Amino acid sequence: MISLFLPGAILISVLLYFNKSKIVNYTLVVFYALFLLTFAVYQSFHLNSIELGYFKSDGLGILLLLTLSAATIPALFHGYRYIATHDESKKSRGLFFAAMTMLITAIGAAYLSNHIAVTWIFVEITTLCASVLIYHHRTTAALEGVWKYVFICAISITFVFIGILFLSLSLKQAGVEDLSFDALEKNYAQLNPFWLKFAFLFIFTGFTAKLGLVPMYTAGIDAKDKAPAPAGALFSSVLMNLGFVGIYRFYAIVARTEILPWANTIILIAAFLSIFVATVYMTRIKNIKRMFAYSSIEHMGLVMLGLAAGGIGVYAAILHIVLHSFVKPSLFFQFNQVYRVYQSKSIYDVGNYFKYNKAGAIALLLGFISCTAMPPSGLFVSEFMIFQSLFESHHLIILFVVLLLLTMIIWGFGSNIFKLLFTPPISIDETKIPKISAWESASQYILLAIAVYLAYNPPAQFVHLTKDAVNLLPQ
Amino acid sequence: MTDILLIMFAMTLLYMSIANRLLTYIRILVFQGFLLFGVTFLELSHINVTNLVLILLETVVFKALAVPLFLNRVIKHNGITRVAEPFLPNFVSLIIITLIIVITIVLSNSIKDINLDKTFFVVALSTLFTGLYIISTRRKIITHVMGYLVIENGVFILSLAVGNEMPMLVNLGIMLDIFASVLILGVFFNKIGDVLNDPDVNQLRNLKD
Repeated sequence: MISLFLPGAILISVLLYFNKSKIVNYTLVVFYALFLLTFAVYQSFHLNSIELGYFKSDGLGILLLLTLSAATIPALFHGYRYIATHDESKKSRGLFFAAMTMLITAIGAAYLSNHIAVTWIFVEITTLCASVLIYHHRTTAALEGVWKYVFICAISITFVFIGILFLSLSLKQAGVEDLSFDALEKNYAQLNPFWLKFAFLFIFTGFTAKLGLVPMYTAGIDAKDKAPAPAGALFSSVLMNLGFVGIYRFYAIVARTEILPWANTIILIAAFLSIFVATVYMTRIKNIKRMFAYSSIEHMGLVMLGLAAGGIGVYAAILHIVLHSFVKPSLFFQFNQVYRVYQSKSIYDVGNYFKYNKAGAIALLLGFISCTAMPPSGLFVSEFMIFQSLFESHHLIILFVVLLLLTMIIWGFGSNIFKLLFTPPISIDETKIPKISAWESASQYILLAIAVYLAYNPPAQFVHLTKDAVNLLPQ
Repeated sequence: MTDILLIMFAMTLLYMSIANRLLTYIRILVFQGFLLFGVTFLELSHINVTNLVLILLETVVFKALAVPLFLNRVIKHNGITRVAEPFLPNFVSLIIITLIIVITIVLSNSIKDINLDKTFFVVALSTLFTGLYIISTRRKIITHVMGYLVIENGVFILSLAVGNEMPMLVNLGIMLDIFASVLILGVFFNKIGDVLNDPDVNQLRNLKD
């Protein structure tokens, strides 16, 4: 059905760009959300079917595609609220929704891609759409954000391409010219380990720009800060998952060769440094939106720790990435309303949020509990399994230090969130505060509840898909 | 013959390290575009004609003409001063780039792989690192863009090394060129010029923690 979905989605996106009528615009957005959902459900009934030669709906792809469509519906709704409260011109509204739909489409297609070059192309397209969204407000700060994002993403995408070139060098002696993941998996024994190391290094470094790990994480932070919150929610959840898909699919091939221990060391170092960097910033950060962005860096670090530790860690990594895609967007969506109350992102200007928006404040509190993986948060289950896998693979020092760093992150995160929720702000003009309907927080509650439900009482189909994704690695 | 062109390419890197004016950088980029045209013409003999013509057109029209003309227009339009303003003296740059080339030669000699064409590998890798070096030691945003274009040229050379077996990869490389250059230069540099009067990296240092 992807041959129907891609042209359809592109058509919707083009229509959104050119259309000026409000009703037609929103009808198209609703239609797109339904279209994506139908597509994801349809693909999930056709597991492991190959389409157009380059797309394969395997467990990992379907799982993340379903997550994507679940995150898209509230993202588009909050996008609508964002546009409605900002007095946007018709043109910028059209461009915003066109870029959103195009971004989501490219992410979805990249999830299902079974060819490393096709994944690469769709990752390029996500950079393009994301830069439109970051530059939505046309300010100097947004310009700086988009410049850094575009430049770093362009360099990372070049790195991935260099990695693909090294991969083709490593394939030369095997005489294979097909770069699809299936073909690579079949011929893993003939890959030249020397070039494969180079390829892994470059592809991993390149995809860290999307995944948000050291060394290329910097651009993503500015992007999430400057983009409108609904877009930021997508950047720090489903777009990061795209980086994970890129690395995981290639890792699945590397895992069959002799360089696996070496690759695991690289991943461990990058993951550990990411958690460290996230801790350093989380404990002293004063910008709420950037704090959420750094929290994503921390979670991706944990995911990669689980992947490198192996065993149950791989299952936990995939569970974690799915649950994180429900938890983090809900915080970003709620931030949008926080900003409407205080007109500021700085922690110094906010406070006493419980007084101004009760439903939103509870959503924020629950989001904080979920995000720091305190029980009954869903992330608690996956983080616990990641720590278990670290323990079983005898990475005791890393485990100990990471636990220490996570405690510091909880402290930093908590002190900011509690300041926002309970401490009265220094100066605030209460007459200017808009009334915010409790309904706008409904989607956050639903997303957080889904994360808890999936972690503690996973449906059989969900477990099946996750196991299918885990089975991409050699058992 | 290919080797001669590639060695000339490596020499342009040395020239780039001591170039003082932005115009010189642009001229070097034009020259590199023509050199790549020559290498492509000589090297990719096994792929079909349409594809070859496409690749050759990309090197000449895009790398050697369109991008440099556009860079020139951007410099004039935004009234950017003509000096490159490196952080380090040119002499140091020259030594560092020479070192980069020497190290890549030593590195490639340690690799024992018969499938590897060493000249391609050395030139591609040293171009890559030179590009990164230029990005990190020049002050203006436009020189960052030029550094990125140098990196792209390096990647293009590397893709030519495997081009006969997998022409698809060369095409992908071209896609990368066009996509990234158009995104970075076209849509974007115009905006920076309009918003900031003096395009200097130091003005883009407000987003931080």
